[in-house]
Amino acid sequence: MRETLKMGRMGIFLAKSISCCATPPIKVPLILKQIQFIGYQSLLVIFLTGGFTGMVLGYQGFNTLSRFGSDAFLGPMVGLALIKEMGPVISALMVTGRAGSSITAEIGIMRISEQIDALQLMGLNPYRYLVAPKFIAALISVPLLTAIFDVVGIFGGYLIGGKLLGVSSGVYFGEMMSYVEMEDVLEGLFKSLNFGLIIAWVCCFKGYYTGYYTGFGAEGVSTATTQAVVLSSVLILVWDYFLTSTQLFV
Amino acid sequence: MIKIEDLHKSFNGVAVLKGVSLEVEQGELLALIGRSGYGKSVLLKHVAGLLRPDQGRVLVDDQDICRLRGTELIRVRNRLGFLFQSGALFDSMTIFDNVAFPLSEKTKLSMQEIREKVMAELKQVGLLGSEEKYPAQISGGMVKRASLARALVEEPEIMLIDEPTTGLDPLTGQTILNLIDACHQRLQFSGIMVTHEVPKIFEIVNKVVMLHEGRVIFAGTPEEILSSEDETVQTFVAAGAEWSTHDTSGHTPGLNRKKKDIHAL
Repeated sequence: MRETLKMGRMGIFLAKSISCCATPPIKVPLILKQIQFIGYQSLLVIFLTGGFTGMVLGYQGFNTLSRFGSDAFLGPMVGLALIKEMGPVISALMVTGRAGSSITAEIGIMRISEQIDALQLMGLNPYRYLVAPKFIAALISVPLLTAIFDVVGIFGGYLIGGKLLGVSSGVYFGEMMSYVEMEDVLEGLFKSLNFGLIIAWVCCFKGYYTGYYTGFGAEGVSTATTQAVVLSSVLILVWDYFLTSTQLFV
Repeated sequence: MIKIEDLHKSFNGVAVLKGVSLEVEQGELLALIGRSGYGKSVLLKHVAGLLRPDQGRVLVDDQDICRLRGTELIRVRNRLGFLFQSGALFDSMTIFDNVAFPLSEKTKLSMQEIREKVMAELKQVGLLGSEEKYPAQISGGMVKRASLARALVEEPEIMLIDEPTTGLDPLTGQTILNLIDACHQRLQFSGIMVTHEVPKIFEIVNKVVMLHEGRVIFAGTPEEILSSEDETVQTFVAAGAEWSTHDTSGHTPGLNRKKKDIHAL
C-alpha cells in the first residue's frame, strides 16, 4: 500500500514538474544556473570517463576483431558501441553520481530547514523555482554531455587503435562513417533525453520528499541522496533495456 | 479574522490536536502557550495551510484554508506572513536577496523601489550593514530579525510567529519581542505567536490561549491568565516566571509590571 502510494506520488510529482516546465513564467536565470551546474561542471568527469571508455574499447575491440581478421572494423565497433549504448548510459550514470546526488541533497536540505515551506507560504510554487529549472537543465545538458562523451570516446578508441595498434586513421574513421547511420545517433540522443528526465525526476522527488520516506535531519538527507543515486542508476539501466529492445524491433 | 473550529490532527495514530477551537479578531495578537510537543506548531501550520486536519476547520475571513487549492490558496497566503522557528532563510541568498525575494517575485516594483523597501525594513530590524551577508555568516538573533524583515516586507494582514525567541539569549530574545510588538503597533496585523516567553509575552499580546495535551485549557486576556485557578495553567505560568527571573538574575526586561501579580500566584 505504502509503495503504491509512493509510486502515485512520484507520478503526480512528474506531472506537476512537466506542467511547470511547459507553462510560463519560465525562470531562465535559474535554468542557466542549473545548466552550468549539471552540464558545464560535469565536463571534466565526462572527458575522463569518455576518453578512458573509448581507449578500453579500442584495446578490447582490436583484440577481439583481430582474432577474426576484422580489425578494420574497429572504428564502427567503437562508434556504434559508444553512440548507441555506452555514451548515453555511462554519461547518465556519471551525471547521476555528480549532479543528481547534489540535487537531492540541496532540495532535501531545503525541505528539512523549512525553506520549501517558506516558498509555499509566500504564495510561490516550489516546483517552478526548484524543480522545473533542474528538469529543463537536465534535458538540455545530458544529451550534450552524451555527445561530448561519444566524441571523446571515439578519439580515445582511435588513440589506441590508430596510434598504438596500427589501424590507419582512414580505415578507422572511414569505416565508422560507412556503418554508423544518423538513426543510430538519434537513438543515442533519444536515450540520453530519457535518462536526463529520469535523473531530474528521481533526484528532485527524493529531495522534495525527504522526511516523508526517510528520517529527518542530516541522516534523512543522506538516506534520500543514497536512494536517489541507486534508484536513478537502476532505472537508467532498466529503461535502457526497454528502449533498446523496442527500438530493435521497430 | 481567524477562526479555528474543532481541529483534530493525528500523526501515525497519535492524536496531537483533539478538538481545538480559538478565534483571533482583526488586529489582535494571540499568544499560544503550552508545553513542548502539545501541538502548538502543528496548529500554526494548519492556519498557514501547510497541514490538513483530520477533522475541523480553519477559517480565514470565513474561507476554510484547509479546503482551498491553487490560486485561491495562494490569494490567502499572499496575506500571510510567517516567522519560522528556524528562520527558514534561503541559505544560498544574501540577507538583502532574502528580504527582496517576495517583492521581486510577486510585485511589479522597480529594482530601485524594492531596494528602498528592503533597506527600510532592514533598518527597522537593525540589520543595516549586514545586507550582503549570507544566513550562515550571521548570528541566530540576526537570522530571526532577517526572517522577521522578510515576513513583514509585504506588510501582511496576518502574522504567524513560531517560537521567535527559541535558542536566543534573554536580551536578544527581548529585542525580538520588542520588534514584534513595534511591528504589530505599526502594521496592526492579526497574529498568532507560539511562544514559551511566559510571562514577558503578556505585555505585548491581546489574548492568551494555552494548549495542553491537544486541548485548549485556557483562553482569555493576559490579566485573566494571571488569575486563572486552573492548576496546570498556574504551574506553567509560575514556572515560566521563575525561569525568566532566574534566567536574567532577577532583572527581566519588561517583567516588572507583572512580577508582583505572578509571585502572588
